[in-house]
Amino acid sequence: MSWLVALWETFTNPVFYKLTLSAATPLIFAALGGVFSERTGVTNIALEGIMLMGAFMGVAGTFLFGSPWIGLLLAIVCGMGLALLHAWASINFCADQIVSATALILLAQGLTGFLLEPIFGQPGSTPIFPKIPEVKLTFLGTDSFLYRMIGSLSPLVYIAFLLVIVSWFLIYKTRLGLRMRAVGENPEAADTLGVNVFRIRYFGVIMSGFFAALGGAYLSIGELGQFTENMTGGKGFIALAAMILGNWKPAGAMWACLLFGVAQALNQQLQSNPTLAISSTTKPLFNLLPFVITLIVVGGFVGRTRAPAADGVPYEKKG
Amino acid sequence: MLPFQIPEPSAYSRYAVVMKKIRKQFPKVLANDDVDLYVERGEIHAIVGENGAGKSTLMNQLYGLYSPDSGEILVGGEEVVIHGPKDAINAGIGMVHQHFMLVGPLTVAENIVLGNEPVGAMDVFRYQKARQEVQKISQAYGLTVDVDARIEDLPVGSQQRVEILKTLYRGAEILILDEPTAVLTPQETEDLFRVLKNLQKNGKTVIFITHKLNEVMAVSNNVTVMRLGKVTGRIPTSETSPRKLANMMVGREVLLRVEKSPHKPGSEILRVDSLKVKDNRGLMAVEGVSFTLHEGEILGIAGVAGNGQTELIESLAGLRKADSGSVFFEGADITQKAPRDIRELGISHIAEDRFKYAMVREFSVAFNMALGRHYKHPFAKSGFLREEEIYQNAKKLVEEFDVRPREIHILASNLSGGNQQKMVVAREFAYHPKCMLVAQPTRGLDIGAIEFIHKTLIHFRDSNVGILLVSMELEEIFSLCDRILVMYEGSFMGEVKPDEISLEEIGLMMAGQTWEQVEGERA
Amino acid sequence: MKTNLRRVLIPIVSVFISLLVASVIILWIGEGGFGERFVFLGDAYRAMLKGAFGDTAAWMDTIIKMTPLILTGLAVGFGFRAGVFNIGAEGQMAMGALTATLFAVNASSFPAFIAIPLTVIVGMLAGSVWAGIAGFLKAKTGAHEVITTIMLNWIAYNITNWAVSGPFNDGLNNPRSPEIAEATKLPNILSSQATFMSYGILIAIAAAVVIYVILYKTSMGYEIKSVGFNPYASEYGGINVSKNIILTMAISGALAGLAGTLESMGLYYRFYGTLTSGKGFDGISIALIGQNNPFGIIFASLLISGLRTGSNQMQYVGVPKHIVTIIQSIIIFLVAAERIITSLLRLDKRKGGAA
Repeated sequence: MSWLVALWETFTNPVFYKLTLSAATPLIFAALGGVFSERTGVTNIALEGIMLMGAFMGVAGTFLFGSPWIGLLLAIVCGMGLALLHAWASINFCADQIVSATALILLAQGLTGFLLEPIFGQPGSTPIFPKIPEVKLTFLGTDSFLYRMIGSLSPLVYIAFLLVIVSWFLIYKTRLGLRMRAVGENPEAADTLGVNVFRIRYFGVIMSGFFAALGGAYLSIGELGQFTENMTGGKGFIALAAMILGNWKPAGAMWACLLFGVAQALNQQLQSNPTLAISSTTKPLFNLLPFVITLIVVGGFVGRTRAPAADGVPYEKKG
Repeated sequence: MLPFQIPEPSAYSRYAVVMKKIRKQFPKVLANDDVDLYVERGEIHAIVGENGAGKSTLMNQLYGLYSPDSGEILVGGEEVVIHGPKDAINAGIGMVHQHFMLVGPLTVAENIVLGNEPVGAMDVFRYQKARQEVQKISQAYGLTVDVDARIEDLPVGSQQRVEILKTLYRGAEILILDEPTAVLTPQETEDLFRVLKNLQKNGKTVIFITHKLNEVMAVSNNVTVMRLGKVTGRIPTSETSPRKLANMMVGREVLLRVEKSPHKPGSEILRVDSLKVKDNRGLMAVEGVSFTLHEGEILGIAGVAGNGQTELIESLAGLRKADSGSVFFEGADITQKAPRDIRELGISHIAEDRFKYAMVREFSVAFNMALGRHYKHPFAKSGFLREEEIYQNAKKLVEEFDVRPREIHILASNLSGGNQQKMVVAREFAYHPKCMLVAQPTRGLDIGAIEFIHKTLIHFRDSNVGILLVSMELEEIFSLCDRILVMYEGSFMGEVKPDEISLEEIGLMMAGQTWEQVEGERA
Repeated sequence: MKTNLRRVLIPIVSVFISLLVASVIILWIGEGGFGERFVFLGDAYRAMLKGAFGDTAAWMDTIIKMTPLILTGLAVGFGFRAGVFNIGAEGQMAMGALTATLFAVNASSFPAFIAIPLTVIVGMLAGSVWAGIAGFLKAKTGAHEVITTIMLNWIAYNITNWAVSGPFNDGLNNPRSPEIAEATKLPNILSSQATFMSYGILIAIAAAVVIYVILYKTSMGYEIKSVGFNPYASEYGGINVSKNIILTMAISGALAGLAGTLESMGLYYRFYGTLTSGKGFDGISIALIGQNNPFGIIFASLLISGLRTGSNQMQYVGVPKHIVTIIQSIIIFLVAAERIITSLLRLDKRKGGAA
């Protein structure tokens, strides 16, 4: 009975919706990144690592240059750099894309942990810095339900949803998008027509770095204002699951990310709900929820949705 | 051998394509050895040769997929340097590959304009304009096709038309077709020839690669014959015959039909009853077929690829679950048995795609020879492999079946295609099966290997093995089979005997007419 | 011949290049001018060698740390043989350790010669089941094992945290379990001052031998390798691909579970939340360096173990221990993209020839 009350309390609480958007935003960025890369035929499971890099560089940039916007820029550059390594190994050297990406995740974890002391003077986490200022919709009335729901979100939230539309347009309505899709399905066919398969794949992978870095930066300079070691906590992989669930489409991925956002927000709200009064020892069991859901999604939906035909297969020109 | 008049350089402008002294070396083989090719403007020119003769390699260089090590290429008398397909396209050359270069989920229009898309502001792809332009060309050359259909929903004949339209959209004056009839019925082949002659009337030049000599005779003006990387013949079609061409292709007298004496089939060994099998997309590929196979006979299944033969054989071999119906072997029901059990019962399977299915490239030849029996006597005991036995077996088979080189410890990937197939065939035969399921056993092999495998199949049939043979090569079917079933869209159109039916009639059955209809038209 | 040389050369060159990059990073975070930085670099390497092999205690420490690493390396390497990437060794190790400890805490009524084997079996079984979930999903639905095993890692992490903070706590409010029964503790081969080396290392090496025999001498190994190379041909050859994938994950998980079990039985004598501390992930670089060969894996685990014990010492000089993670990631990257190295080497050879 108390569960139902708790659920009602949660769904009528504007904070729940704000948390959903907040949780979904980094996932949307990363999932879009996954879509870009895999649509051109290169798997990129290093999203987790690129996000972490983005999160770290966001704070580092803020610290070193004084503005979180510069931090954002630094995050994007470094994220794209990491993605470039993956592209280079996978496209030019036909590396095992899964192993290469795993290496990059480890590299990101190692580098970000390593650089904490040299740059910030303390291990484990950074001090708190000013984050990207939120967009305040004061015209809604600071006490209203709507305001508490969406009235003070980070601009990155808006950017995320905007980018979903931009991505859809690019992939389905432009020439570049047509070529991307062709290269992801049958690179040889595209090659025989003079399409530069390598260049398109580089584009896809580097863009995944761009998006994932944004997602990571949101976690640090968009939400918390600081970086803690391994703060991405598996979100990069949840984004991959969202991409699969969304059938490798920007809009589909977005909905899937919102679903995961709901799960995360529900988790947080129920944990702190006074009616349920969850003890601190039981809390970790709640944290399981997003991972179990991901497991079910990946286990159940993989066969039902369709990856691009040439996804993960290195392309080698003959002769 | 070369009664063709070799033109003077001053006359090259009369020729659509001249390739001189082309040389192309691959790591293990010299694919093109000082090859010269002369193709007149507006002609239909055939390039023939066995598998591995170097024909595709030559044309791939003309289209820019490979670069020649040395030699020159002239188009319309002008020397051109072709680094890639874009250069070839600019020179007015278009190519239709043997394996279609099409993107499944995209539409016909999208596939045709890919790489040369009409665009507007902000890189927007102007789909409407694209489909209009494709419609225009389609009508101009009489190649009807649904421009908005997705490629993966179209039948093979239509897909080929899309490939041809791709070249015409880019203003190709010279069209190269690589083994275009490999996937077509005799009727679709006739349609294609009509299209080619139409293109010729419109001033286009056509070069097509084939190993089917009757096609050469039917539609070409001149023929270039290649063997082992060299040109062994260059002759106007009117002055040659299939026998002479075969001779130039192989360098000796070729038995176009294998020698076989009639053999009396024994008792029933395999019986299939109303078998239905679904394909990978969940559609019914085999629509309730029934037939019987006897000991000591070769029963052929003729038909164009994609009519359910693959799924039928896979189901019989245990690799694909049957939807309904039953299969009986020596009286016992084996319908849903696993591949291992089916092999244990004495049914061998030579798969149609040897790379993917029949061998593990990263294993040695010796280990490959044990695949399928690697868990039992004599190759294993109590779970442990008995390597000596495996090696002895491999050495014996490699001798018996003439697999070259005679090295059992090298990786299977180091063998040539023909020898890999011989290795697979050796293994399957060596299990002394009572029944064999054989699919496309000689695809991609040279004539020597083909003759060997045909002889071996006949030998096994004479030793009372029941053989079910699926092949897309009508020559092979007619040559080897005692009875023939023709498969079309998952059903049998009828059962015929090779000496009681003509090529044209079987072609009609392959395209959907029943035996009754065909027989009726005889009167 | 060429292939064998290549297989040994690539990991060696990868390690060399990664140490080079690590050196550059260390130089970068050093202070002062060029000279001072190189001194700093020298100090770092000296510290590492001292920490790994400097004295008996160091040596013992390195070998003690090898035990779980050999096993996680075998776990990942065995998986690779069947074409399965088991990143879940960390979670399987944790579940194995937790379950074994749970059993061992309650096993005081058994004599040692029963208790010890039983505990080992329980731990291996737990790891096996945990990995089997991912194996089952892959075999039946095609779910990518990388994502499923990573999710299982996180789930295991949360379960074990909850367990040692809550029901399985030692009663003293530390995030750790009670101590295991005396009968279940592994006897020691050596002990020197505060360091003691249990028989665990011999068990780990024995496991490597067993895996070698399975892979190269049995039909099971034939089938597993066949499935890894070509699942289609394997099915055609009568091999049950699903069964082999699940079996491989189960064996892989058992090895990882054994790693965790031995840590508890032979070293900590209880379960900590931080018991695994990245050793499951180390297994990945170990498997790759060792080229999925059991004996290569033993050498590779010596290398990584040395790096780990050495890096503890490096911290005192001012180099964060994350440097080891960075080194490992570069090694993995280069082995994955081995063509980077092969083309690099050919380039060197060409230069040599021209001169």
